[in-house]
Amino acid sequence: MIKLEHVTKKFEVNKKTITAVNDVNIDVKKGEIHGVIGYSGAGKSTLIRCVNLLEKPTEGDIYINNQKITDLSPNNLRTVRTKIGMIFQGFNLLKTATVYDNIALPLKLLGFDKKEVKKRVEKYLKIVNLEDKANNYPAQLSGGQKQRVAIARALSQEPEVLLSDEATSALDPETTESILDLLLKINKEFGITILLITHEMNVIQKVCDYVYVLESGQIVEQGSTIDLFTSPQQPTTKKFLSTISQRNLSNSLIEQLNVTGSVTRLTFVGESTGKPALAEVSKLFNVTPNILTANIIELKNGVVGNIVIHLNGNSQDVNKALQYLEEQGVHTEQLRGEN
Amino acid sequence: MNRYERFVDQWLPIIWKAVLETFQMVGISLLFAVVIGIALGILVVLTRPGQALANKFVYQIINLIINIVRSVPFIILLFFILPFTKAIVDTTIGVRGAIVPLVVYTAPYIARLIESALLEVDAGVVEAYTAMGVKTRKIIWNVILREARPSIILGLTIATVSLIGATAMAGMVGAGGLGDLAYRFGYLRYEVDVMYATVFLLIVIVQIIQSFGNRLAAKLKKD
Repeated sequence: MIKLEHVTKKFEVNKKTITAVNDVNIDVKKGEIHGVIGYSGAGKSTLIRCVNLLEKPTEGDIYINNQKITDLSPNNLRTVRTKIGMIFQGFNLLKTATVYDNIALPLKLLGFDKKEVKKRVEKYLKIVNLEDKANNYPAQLSGGQKQRVAIARALSQEPEVLLSDEATSALDPETTESILDLLLKINKEFGITILLITHEMNVIQKVCDYVYVLESGQIVEQGSTIDLFTSPQQPTTKKFLSTISQRNLSNSLIEQLNVTGSVTRLTFVGESTGKPALAEVSKLFNVTPNILTANIIELKNGVVGNIVIHLNGNSQDVNKALQYLEEQGVHTEQLRGEN
Repeated sequence: MNRYERFVDQWLPIIWKAVLETFQMVGISLLFAVVIGIALGILVVLTRPGQALANKFVYQIINLIINIVRSVPFIILLFFILPFTKAIVDTTIGVRGAIVPLVVYTAPYIARLIESALLEVDAGVVEAYTAMGVKTRKIIWNVILREARPSIILGLTIATVSLIGATAMAGMVGAGGLGDLAYRFGYLRYEVDVMYATVFLLIVIVQIIQSFGNRLAAKLKKD
């Protein structure tokens, strides 16, 4: 539905060439939600603005619904854009217009007749739960409500695709949750394909089927959200993961706990999450596990649990125990010596 | 007859005529200056590098013209463009003769005020409408100009007040008006009461215009 092929965007700044997006490939299938995560300056915004050609890529092609849009005439590009909704971190509403007019104006400008405009505004205000605010001005709304108006505005064109440019970054955690719930709802009810960019791991955790990690304009790691949460490879990915769950104990902490022997992280995913594997280990082998930290994360398509344990016992028994755990579908990783 | 009644009797018709002349000059030249100024202001914003109609050549030409006209004081401009005035309205004196230089003086000023008002409009909103597939022309009229309305009104208020100031000098070409009255009778003929009366009237007029502009801008501004 949304496909980026070898997209590169370069800027000339002070006679120096800066590559903001470097050879990026993205493929979002119909009805899926994909997320691009990266630190500020990684090129996320430029990347998502390339998708609807607000930025024209220097190289590479973009396909929306199998139609190549990178070489369309301005007129045809406008037509395609009416089918690509976009929401922004700064909401980008008209300050001088009421909530109703903010949604109605674009429809009027796109040539819909009065009756249709009224019908759609009312329908989508209801979907975002703001019918009672129709005659308010944006300045009278909270951040979350403004984003809801922006979402209603995007939906009112009945797009097939929605681009979200840090839509929750200016919102508090609770409001973020409610906006993410709304995104999930419109994805489910209208089958709208969503590509979002964010620097918040909880956004990825809650709504994304698939993740791309962007660093210096390049995708350094990608995979289904579950895979990425279970076995991250790149340091950046690991750093992002540790923002929402404690996956490691620092060396100094391990010293303080005064433990000797191996410290191991067990990662449970899917079915293995429910099994009492750790309890069995102490029965089957001559080891006693001591749980140092544990957490469980609910993802859109599953659950991932992390337990950091200290296994007491001789090294042979410990190795056997770890092997057994691996066989049970538990991902193990030695932490000692690692930061 | 006391002093007040005598003053009213003697001067009211003359002052009234001067007020009408001032309004006439301000009204007519403001009308032309607004049309030209808004058009220039929009053009200078749109031809800026990176904007919808980016054109370095046109942008710099317009900028240069605006700057040149803006650097000439009105009293000098009034005489400097006499041939141009003559060519346009076929006279260089009276209200008609004053209107051309007043327009030439005010239009670039309005263009600059419009420019700054338009540049204040959140680029993100324009981007959102571009992303929705709305035509550039429609974005200019329905998004940029709409959002800039409060600032435009304030700018036009400032321009109107400065235009009233400029009409005082239009007396030099026999266009009359309040400024001319104060100068000829109040200053040259030592009629102090006339001076006070005109100054008072000018203060009242400017106050009314400024309050009206402020109120209208506040009404359009919703945050």
